[in-house]
Amino acid sequence: MNNSVAKEKIVSLRKKRSLEDMRFKYYGFTAMCLSLAVLVFLLYTIFSKGYTAFQKTIVLLEVDYNQDVLKLTPDSSEEEMEKGKFFRVKKQAIENFFPDLSKSDIKLVKKLFSINADNEIKDYFLDNPEVINTKQQIWVTAHSDVDQLLKGNSRRDVPEDRRKLNDIQLSYVDQLVEENRVKQVFNNFFFTKADSRHPEIAGVAGSFMGSLFTLFTVFILSFPIAIGASVYLEEFAPKNRITELIEVNISNLAAVPSIVFGLLGLGVLLNVFGLPRSTPLVGGSVLALMTLPTIIIACRASLKAVPPSIKEGALAVGATKTQAVFHHVVPLALPGTLTGTIIGLAQALGETAPLIMIGMIAFIPNIPTGLTEPSAALPVQIYLWVESAERGFQEKSAAAIMVILIFLFMMNAIAVFLRNRFERKW
Amino acid sequence: MFFWSLVLIAVGIFSSFIYGRSRIKLNSKKQGTKSKSLPTYYAQYVLMWCLFPALIVYFSWAIFQEQIIQNIVISNFEFIEGAVYNEGLLLAEIRNVANNPSFADGKSIEIINAASHYSSLRQISQISFYTSIIIIMLLGALYASQKLKPEFHAQHTIERYIQYILIFCSSVAIFTTIGIVFSLIFESLRFFAEVSIFEFLFSTEWYPFIPIREGQTAAEGSFGAVPIFAGTFLVMVVAMCVAVPLGLLTAIYLAEYASQRVRKTVKPLLEILAGIPTIVYGFFAFVSVAPFVKAFGQSIGIDASPTSALAAGMVMGVMIIPFISSLSDDVINSVPQSLREASLGIGANKAETIKKVILPAALPGIVGAFLLAISRAIGETMIVVVAAGTAPNLTGNPFENVTTVTVQIVVALIGDQEFDNPRTLSAFALGLVLFVITLFLNIIALQIVKRYRERYE
Repeated sequence: MNNSVAKEKIVSLRKKRSLEDMRFKYYGFTAMCLSLAVLVFLLYTIFSKGYTAFQKTIVLLEVDYNQDVLKLTPDSSEEEMEKGKFFRVKKQAIENFFPDLSKSDIKLVKKLFSINADNEIKDYFLDNPEVINTKQQIWVTAHSDVDQLLKGNSRRDVPEDRRKLNDIQLSYVDQLVEENRVKQVFNNFFFTKADSRHPEIAGVAGSFMGSLFTLFTVFILSFPIAIGASVYLEEFAPKNRITELIEVNISNLAAVPSIVFGLLGLGVLLNVFGLPRSTPLVGGSVLALMTLPTIIIACRASLKAVPPSIKEGALAVGATKTQAVFHHVVPLALPGTLTGTIIGLAQALGETAPLIMIGMIAFIPNIPTGLTEPSAALPVQIYLWVESAERGFQEKSAAAIMVILIFLFMMNAIAVFLRNRFERKW
Repeated sequence: MFFWSLVLIAVGIFSSFIYGRSRIKLNSKKQGTKSKSLPTYYAQYVLMWCLFPALIVYFSWAIFQEQIIQNIVISNFEFIEGAVYNEGLLLAEIRNVANNPSFADGKSIEIINAASHYSSLRQISQISFYTSIIIIMLLGALYASQKLKPEFHAQHTIERYIQYILIFCSSVAIFTTIGIVFSLIFESLRFFAEVSIFEFLFSTEWYPFIPIREGQTAAEGSFGAVPIFAGTFLVMVVAMCVAVPLGLLTAIYLAEYASQRVRKTVKPLLEILAGIPTIVYGFFAFVSVAPFVKAFGQSIGIDASPTSALAAGMVMGVMIIPFISSLSDDVINSVPQSLREASLGIGANKAETIKKVILPAALPGIVGAFLLAISRAIGETMIVVVAAGTAPNLTGNPFENVTTVTVQIVVALIGDQEFDNPRTLSAFALGLVLFVITLFLNIIALQIVKRYRERYE
């Protein structure tokens, strides 16, 4: 009797305990799934907000390249053509397109077209000068407000005073849509132009080049220094206080917030050395100092992975220590150090705060061509667009994020490839 | 200009190498003795004496050229009595005109003169730069070539030089730290000369207003950083509330329950989470989480602002998850297998083993991981800049707008950076606080983790 009660108790307790076990396991499982779900949601948000930026809206205009309006003649030189009055042609095209517009309406309709439309009309003419005095059907870029409306990013059912386009403009847009004079095409501007105040002609080319120049600087500075430092610490450094200090220093430097490195760049590189502000040279130097600890740690790990027998073998046949290290150990560790460097570069690519500190946040409307030219960088460009009030910039920021993520993914893929292809297991 | 000088240096070192090699061969043949080292070492010796002086010249030119030229131009500028000049703007104007003659239309005669002065100075500087590089390389090669005798131990010397180079490389980290400490302390001292340190640390009014014009009677700026510290703390707490349970449970699941295959797929995925740039999290917080938090706050009757501590903190928590999970995973894995087996052997099930044996054993390491995560959260910038707002509110309500140390640093330094007012300098004082706190957390965390490792190894 007593025995069975005890047995029952044990059974129920065991049940309870195993239930508890199950529950704990599921907590862990749920936590893992939640973390992954956030990752998926994050990527989904970026994609759903950003994919529309790869398309732009264009509008068909009938442009009359009348020589009197342009103030050109069929045998004008190229230079004169550059100065043709293309804005008047555009104005005329709009007026012809919507006959019987009042003066105020013309202004409203003009706002449906991008500021770049004049240039497109001009470029078409410069490419085909024979079209003078003829009428041509030309697709020109629409204003960002129209673009956002047609992509469904801004809604038309909000009250008129909170909309970018008022009722009259909406009716003209509808008319254009009805007449099939609007279509969406691949947005080449996004990849060929630098930043702009006008969302429809803003692109990532400038900031992409800026990031490339910055990464180049980071690589040039950090790779040799990191290899030198790690070779010294791993192979030559005597075991003493100073070496220990350097090691502690490196591991602490790895955890210093990136913004502090920005302050270092501002306080020392800009104010003391007077290097040019907002340039990839300064940005790259700051990021190189920032990523140096990461790269040194990775390089040391790959140097450590080379078996001591290699070095000992070299020493045994009479090489000096320097020869043994530089002729045998370092070449074997090179793939590992490169992998570490690429991972450090990937970290540098995404870093924003230090670049803001050294002024790479300035508005730069042209594509940089050198290390000492003011330029933007991809992450800072994203920040500028996220902060911008204009609706049209939101999709741009998401699309720029896609660009940077793809960039990062490729760098990591190269790192993994190098590791798998060249790293030897001993 | 600097690209071609690099080409020049490259040509220089190449020819010096060839020269050194043929020279030593010639010398040893003349004397009829074998040289003490291989000819390459003599060549390297000449090369180094050619390269390093040239690099020093190169970098000092790159760093100081512009400044010296600007100083000369400004000191020779014909200032007009009574007119007010802003030196930075003036210089920018002069440079513009010098680089682009079409800007000269309509500029005053002093500026055009200064611009031509500037251009001529640049030309002089360029010519003297190239000449001095060539001269210094020749001098270096000349000095080195005198040593090219067969009885000279070139290899020893080269190896000693290599040691110096390596030591220099390793001390870059030290120089960086010194640079950080020096610049933070120097500018902070300038800040504390104008604002008392007690006001900064203990006063609750953050109102970095600076009278723009002399004699403006509006309120003096006040720099009490308590609301900023409080905001930082609030965001950090929210982030840790998200990251600790999720990160720790994920780590436990991966280390103790998950099959090898799950581990192999999930760990890289979590690493993706760690590799995403923080500005991307900022975008995510701004576009998705903040509106959600606002709507949620409204649905339970709290007036949430569009940017809030909760939104920023939650997203920051997600950012920290992989950090905590991978560190904790390491720590849990380094608990000796014997402890696990002993616990299972006396009949405890897995959950009991984890809760009563493994976690207590791993506790120091996990605490270390948390401290590192906290230091990460405090130093994080872009998420809070985008999603937490800039208003210094002294509040414990996570639905409200708060500001953090990093946000205030960014705000103070965006735009016009004049280093003569406390508003700009406050960034360095805040940076100093941030640096000290994160360094402190870090040292403690590393100590704890190190002790913990020693216990089980």
